[in-house]
Amino acid sequence: MSYESDLARLEAIVGELQRDDLELDQALTLFEEGVECLRTAQAALTEVEGKVRMLVERADGSYSLGELGG
Amino acid sequence: MTQRRSRAAGARIRHGAAAEPDLFAAAGVEVARYEPALVTASEVAEPAPASRRTARDATGETATAAVSVCAITLLAREVLEGAFPPIWVRGEICDFKAHRNGHWYFCLRDDTSQIRCVVWARDRARIPAAPDEGMQIVARGQLTVYPARGEMQFVVNQLDGVGDGLWRKALEQTRERLLRDGLLDAGRKRALPKFPRRVAVVTSADGAAIRDIIAVARRRSPGVEIVLCPARVQGEGAPEEIVAALARLERWGGADIVIVGRGGGAREDLWAFNDERVARAVAACGVPTISAVGHETDFTLCDLVADLRAPTPSAAAEAAVPVRDQLMRELGTVRDALRTLLARRASSARRTLGGAARDLTFAAERAAERRRARIEGAAGQLHVLSPLAVLARGYSVARGLDGETLVSARSFRPGVPFELILRDGAIRATTDERVVRRS
Repeated sequence: MSYESDLARLEAIVGELQRDDLELDQALTLFEEGVECLRTAQAALTEVEGKVRMLVERADGSYSLGELGG
Repeated sequence: MTQRRSRAAGARIRHGAAAEPDLFAAAGVEVARYEPALVTASEVAEPAPASRRTARDATGETATAAVSVCAITLLAREVLEGAFPPIWVRGEICDFKAHRNGHWYFCLRDDTSQIRCVVWARDRARIPAAPDEGMQIVARGQLTVYPARGEMQFVVNQLDGVGDGLWRKALEQTRERLLRDGLLDAGRKRALPKFPRRVAVVTSADGAAIRDIIAVARRRSPGVEIVLCPARVQGEGAPEEIVAALARLERWGGADIVIVGRGGGAREDLWAFNDERVARAVAACGVPTISAVGHETDFTLCDLVADLRAPTPSAAAEAAVPVRDQLMRELGTVRDALRTLLARRASSARRTLGGAARDLTFAAERAAERRRARIEGAAGQLHVLSPLAVLARGYSVARGLDGETLVSARSFRPGVPFELILRDGAIRATTDERVVRRS
C-alpha cells in the first residue's frame, strides 16, 4: 500500500466511524485498521534515505539507477 | 576602401570571365556605397598577369569582343554575391507561393521597390511557419542573380515576422491542433499524488533546474527520491531528446511524478517546450506531469498540456514534494479524529445500553400492569355472566344427572330424575308429565 492509498483508506475509515448506525464491533475493527494505516503512512514519511539518481537505460533495454553527484 | 573594393570586384570578374577591371568600375562604385566591410582581405586577389589576356578574349570593350548573356549574368551574380554577405532585409510579403517541390517563392516589397525571394525547402525547417500575405517580416539571406531570368533574387534562409509574428503564428497553429485533439481539456488534468516516493526530472544534467529541484525536494521531504532522466533542453535535437527521455521514463515505470523543464532563458532557448512532439509526449505521459519552463510571463505548449504548470523548476519541486512535517501534522490530526470517533462511539454505546435497560424495566412493568388489568376485567365479566346472579333473581337451571343442562322440554323424560339448581342449593326431582309446546 502506498502513502496515497493509506491516506485514502484512513479518510474512508473516519467517514465510516462518523456514521450513527455503526455497530460497536464494526467500529472497533475499523479503528484497528485505521491505526494500522496510520502506522504505515507515518513510516513512509519517516524514511530518511533521500537519494538522487540518474536513470540509465542499458543496451539490453533494462534500467538501472546510477548515483548522481548532487 | 573604395579602391580596395573595386579591386576585389575586378579580381573576381577576371577570375570568372576574364574581363577587364575597368569594365566593372560602375559595379565597384555601386558596391562601395554599401557601408559594412563586405570584402575580407583574403578575398582580395592580385590582378591577373597581362600574359593571361589574349586577343580572342571577349572583353566586351568592342562589338567584336562582346560577352555572352550567360557570361555577363554569371559575372553579375558573382559581383552581387561578393558584394553582399548574408544580410537582414525587412519588407512586406507579397505573391507568396509554397511550391509543391517544397520551396517557397515570394516578393519582399516596400513603397517603391521589391525583390524576388526564395526559401529552399531545406531551409524551411528553421522557419517556424509560413508567413502570411502582407505580413511585415525580416529575412536573412544572400542576394544573388537568378541566371535563367537575369533577375536579382534574395535567397532567404531565416525569416521572422516583425515582433515575433511567425513564432506566434506557429505556436498558435500547434496550439489549435492540440486543442482539436482535446489535449488542452481541463478534464484531462490529473491530480498529483500527495506524497510521491520518486520524482523523475527530465532536464539537462548540468543545468540549474536539476540542482534547484534537488535542493527544494531535500528541504521539504528528505525521503523523496529524485531520478534524473537527462535530456538536452535547447538547441538542435532537444525536442527529440526530451521525447526520448519521457519514453524511457514510461518504460521504466518507477516514477510517481515527472517534472519536465529547465531554468529561464531567451525565447529561442525555450522553444523545445513549444515543439509539438514534446507537447504530445507530455500529454500522453502515463505519469502525472509538471511543466516547469522558467518563464514567468509566457506559457509554453508544454505548460498547457501538463497536469500542472509551475513557473520555475523550484516551484515544480514545491508542487511535487510536500513538506513532510506538514504531512506528519495532518496524520496526527487524523489519528486524533480516529480516537475521538471511537471514544464517541463507545460512549454512545454505553448510553444506548443504559437506555435499553430503562426501556426493558419500563416494558416489563407495563406488561405486568396490562396482565393485571386483563385479569380484573375478566373477573368483572365473569361476575356479570355468572349464572349464580340469574339464580339469585329466582330462576333455576335443570340439569340431567349426567350434568347436561336441560334447556328444552324435550330433554325431560317422564320418570327420569333430574336436578334443579337454585340460588342456595339443588333438589332432585322426577318428571311427571311433559308438555311440548308446538312452535
